[in-house]
Amino acid sequence: MSQPVMTEKQILLGNEAIARGAYEAGVKVVSSYPGTPSTEITENAAKYPRIATEWATNEKVGLEVSYGASLGGGRAMSCMKHVGLNVAADPLFTASYTGVNGGLVVVVADDPGMHSSQNEQDSRHYARSAKLMMFEPSDSQECLDMTRAAFALSEKYDTPVMLRVTTRVAHSRTPVSVGEPQDQVIKPYVKDTMKFVMMPGMAIKRHVVVEQRQAQVANDADQGMIPNAFSVKTGDGQLGIITSGMAYQYVRGALPQAAIFKLGLVYPLPLAQIRAFAQTVERLVIVEELDPFLETEIKAAGIVCEGKALLTLQGEYSVARLKAALAEATILAPAFDLASLEPAPARPPVMCAGCPHKGLFMALSRLKVIVAGDIGCYTLGALAPTHAMDVCLCMGASVGMAHGIDKVSDTEMSRKTVAVIGDSTFLHTGISSLINSVYNRSTSTLIILDNSITGMTGHQQNAASGLNIHNQGAPELDLVALVRAIGVTAIHEVDPADIRACQRVIKQAIDEPMVSVVIAKRPCALIPSGIGDKDHVVHLDKDLCTRCMACIKIMCPALQKGPDGYPHVDPNICNSCHLCTRVCGFGALKAGGEAI
Amino acid sequence: MNQAISLNIALVGVGGQGTLVAGKLLGTVATILGLEVKVSEVHGMSQRGGSVITYVRMAEHVASPIIEPAEADFVLAFEELEALRWAYLLKAGGSMMVNTMQTLPASVAIGAAAYPQDIIEALDSKTIGNSHVFAVDAQKLADEAGSYKATNIVMLGAMSRLTPIDEKVFTQAIDRVFPEKFRAINHKAFQSGSDIIKYTCEF
Repeated sequence: MSQPVMTEKQILLGNEAIARGAYEAGVKVVSSYPGTPSTEITENAAKYPRIATEWATNEKVGLEVSYGASLGGGRAMSCMKHVGLNVAADPLFTASYTGVNGGLVVVVADDPGMHSSQNEQDSRHYARSAKLMMFEPSDSQECLDMTRAAFALSEKYDTPVMLRVTTRVAHSRTPVSVGEPQDQVIKPYVKDTMKFVMMPGMAIKRHVVVEQRQAQVANDADQGMIPNAFSVKTGDGQLGIITSGMAYQYVRGALPQAAIFKLGLVYPLPLAQIRAFAQTVERLVIVEELDPFLETEIKAAGIVCEGKALLTLQGEYSVARLKAALAEATILAPAFDLASLEPAPARPPVMCAGCPHKGLFMALSRLKVIVAGDIGCYTLGALAPTHAMDVCLCMGASVGMAHGIDKVSDTEMSRKTVAVIGDSTFLHTGISSLINSVYNRSTSTLIILDNSITGMTGHQQNAASGLNIHNQGAPELDLVALVRAIGVTAIHEVDPADIRACQRVIKQAIDEPMVSVVIAKRPCALIPSGIGDKDHVVHLDKDLCTRCMACIKIMCPALQKGPDGYPHVDPNICNSCHLCTRVCGFGALKAGGEAI
Repeated sequence: MNQAISLNIALVGVGGQGTLVAGKLLGTVATILGLEVKVSEVHGMSQRGGSVITYVRMAEHVASPIIEPAEADFVLAFEELEALRWAYLLKAGGSMMVNTMQTLPASVAIGAAAYPQDIIEALDSKTIGNSHVFAVDAQKLADEAGSYKATNIVMLGAMSRLTPIDEKVFTQAIDRVFPEKFRAINHKAFQSGSDIIKYTCEF
């Protein structure tokens, strides 16, 4: 007998597996804006040469590009973090009405526990309000399988299809069997204004289609006609669990005796199947992270169950958490007498050695201004040692907030307020706000922190960096020319590592009675153009050092107080930005090459 | 199949110390062994010099990717304070390998908190059951192997001695994970980590 060909499984991140699934489904266009925990999907899609992959300027643009690609007949995908979906919500809701031509998949990555986010929103609500089918994988294999199937379902039901992951699925590596890629098919484009031009007369008719489609999907799911929609594991008849996504894995680990109804399709639900399952168990509990989304739907269908009365609305679940709520908590023996160990001081993230934001935030701290902040690495400026941020809301918000402060105070507060925004965030949603400020005669000040990259999400190129997603040359947006075209007349440029120059320029900018923009330009210390010369790392002249620790207080990861009481520079970490030499009042810290 | 092997390994350190690569290497080790494996990583803001953890669970079947308190067979700490922070994950009878280096968190650097004294001695004196704490100067060994960046592989080498996994499997995994120009350094780093434990313990 011949052996079947065994292909060894690959260990893929959930996000890599989504990219693979899209590739296997013959996706032609992927357009996304980076955002943790979704970024690696698009980065991995870019590794397949036949996919036209790009970083869009924001999630709304990305989804509109993918929608256009679908209209043009190809399969297309956009990926974003949960808050990115808020930006893309406008096209999403109406794309639900028009339906698609080529399959269109929208991936949203939620972040329970807020590992790298400003809120903990549950994006499943979007599936209900936009009336779209949504799948939720629980490991990397399902990431691949569900993504691959989603494109065909999008075409079958004439709808965008959503795939929702959480951080723990997106950023876990689990074994995956990959499949054969399908050919890319470009369907013919046929003009159909009744379907694709959403004016009231057409949209009224399309809304009827949307409701029929959703009823059809729910019915087909109940009939077992939708792949990955649900699976059932029988138990001892006592406890039954309805769950999905990563919570399913925790249920498997915590409650081996329970019957499990595992949902892959989290909207709309196969309610007839759920009703039948409910009748086989004495107690039914819904286990889902974040909001009672499934619970609300299931209770609304008149099925008796428990959920958030037992389990929290906040953070990630775990096996231990479920055991504590639903089973006998098992006490495992630890390796240490933990009660007698000293607590470990917290280690929050800090700006990197050589980070260009550090100098600018030290200047802001010295100026004691109100800082309207934005989303990026520089949000760390709100923490020690600079404490130089007063508010941070969402992508691009800094510009409008500073203008609002200007208006509410009849310009007075503008004399002590600045907005700070990164280059990528400014392009994302800051430009239209700056137009608004100029148009409405603001006197606010905007500092654009141009570090030539999208830093926080792991260094993605953007329209101002001169490179595309493949690191090939791309038109480089000229920020000065753009700002000038908007109508800003007071434009300043400064090196953020030069603290005194920053103080002087920012002071001048906030005193100007019109919108002023300061562009603080220096590349991120983690990208090739920002890596400092190792011949010029800083070293200490002990004879001059007074051990005042002014340099230690800038919290550079390369600088530590040594056991001898003197500052110690780690040459492996120092990036030669020389910021510390500028805060040393005694000339004791010197750049390499300088005589001691 | 190696159905007898069931390992929970926590890789803890400071963002940028190479826990992600070490996790990927262990994932490859598990694949070579034909085991199911889940490796859970931290990306994004926390990586910027913050406390980071990579969980690796390998066994015949693995559901949750997370290691619960007192469930880890090994905690590989790339920094001393992180060893203390994540000590609660180690189970009685488990082993902790600690890279003997201290990176002061910002709170300590500015004097708002104190870095605990003699962490390794403290941990070693508070073990319950047959648990072990091993101090390894992994960065020095990595430097000697050719790059301080191979510190993570020295740590894996040290751990490998205490696992039932054949050293050849790790060697094979290094060849798969690293591009050719970095392989020699990493093989050397792995070997020096392994040797340190060989000469420290009687096995």
